[in-house]
Amino acid sequence: MFPSQFTYHRAASVAEAVQLLGSNEGAKLLAGGHSLLPMMKLRVASPPTLVDIGHIADLKGVSADGDGVRIGALTTHAEIAGSALVQERAPVLAEAASRVGDPAVRNRGTIGGNVSHADPQSDLPTVLTALGATINATGPGGDRSIAAADFFTGLLENALEDNEVLTSVSVPGVASGAGTAYVKFSHPASRYSVVGAAAVVSLSGGTCSSATVVVGGVESTPTRASSVEAALAGSATGGDALAAAASAVSGDFGGDPVGDVFASNEYRQAMAAVYVRRALEAAVARAG
Amino acid sequence: MSVPVEVTINGRAYSGEVEPRQLLVHFIRENAGLTGTKVGCDTSQCGTCTVQLDGAIAKSCTVLTVQASGSSVTTIEGLSNGVDLHPLQEAFWNKHGLQCGFCTPGMIMASAELLKNNPSPSREEIRHALEGNICRCTGYQNIVSAVEEAAGAMGGS
Repeated sequence: MFPSQFTYHRAASVAEAVQLLGSNEGAKLLAGGHSLLPMMKLRVASPPTLVDIGHIADLKGVSADGDGVRIGALTTHAEIAGSALVQERAPVLAEAASRVGDPAVRNRGTIGGNVSHADPQSDLPTVLTALGATINATGPGGDRSIAAADFFTGLLENALEDNEVLTSVSVPGVASGAGTAYVKFSHPASRYSVVGAAAVVSLSGGTCSSATVVVGGVESTPTRASSVEAALAGSATGGDALAAAASAVSGDFGGDPVGDVFASNEYRQAMAAVYVRRALEAAVARAG
Repeated sequence: MSVPVEVTINGRAYSGEVEPRQLLVHFIRENAGLTGTKVGCDTSQCGTCTVQLDGAIAKSCTVLTVQASGSSVTTIEGLSNGVDLHPLQEAFWNKHGLQCGFCTPGMIMASAELLKNNPSPSREEIRHALEGNICRCTGYQNIVSAVEEAAGAMGGS
């Protein structure tokens, strides 16, 4: 399968990429290409121009940022999964990155491309929303930052303007003692998450003092499971408490539903309760 | 519309004029004439097109040749010296780690990366590392056994 014809530019800097986006209507950015190229081969996307940012060194790598990390847009899933800094400060992000696709995909796919693609069945949007991450972008008017919760605006849609370049993702450090987990129901061929669940849980004297729970794969954007969070607040964590809290997730789905021939939306909703429970169990077991 | 590219494959530089939309796997097969690398699903799921790109495995059906221009690629033909078999090739032979053989080049390239990072993998770790490589003959047991044997032959256990 071939993409339709396009003009190719390799940008040497973010400034050049912004300029090329501005001067080529309909141009798309190419990083690792593991979201965009499959779409182009299927002719779901046929951009007339590609601006390849994959060789801009400034956009690569993980660095400390306050108590969290700043991850350059071109950092691959394999690099995130293997980063000691990410493992220490935001272990759930390393866990999710280690489950994206397969080893060859993780070597090429980037965090910037992944979140820009805004696929509801992708892993990182769910986790970044749960962690309260910030997406950093540069455009003709300068830099701006967008909260992950506001970044994903619809099915394969994000809050970036056409001439903005996603440059990095800032991830706050997880609170000391909090337990985190990401679990997913992998599609057996593509390894996309049919349902993914991220949990961040803090305990105090055997009860849950706070929890953040986000579900992916059920709606067109990550679903904040506030009913589950409310059920957990002040709750015990033993017995059936976590399963009962997880089952409240059905009350959190009211947005744009996602479903396909592999898994209907009804099935995804049913599985969401299961995967939220598993995420909560793992997060509670890891909480200090 | 064509643009100049140069890709080093198995240590030899191949240059050409290609359409920007050409996929790396087609450059490898058609421009360089190295047909060990296969096109299977063409959707980055099956792994038959797996090659090393600048030292790390990639699915060459999901990379444009223009993206890889200036890079170094190793294919199944370059894994060994062309005379002696690589221990993985030897082990796939010994253990009958193939049936029709179509997935084998990709399986071996993915296994080579595994053994570079983890010289003594468990069977479970081998299966996990080959998650992105599909054998439609379903000959997985012998593939895992072959990788295990190669690990031993290469000094792991």
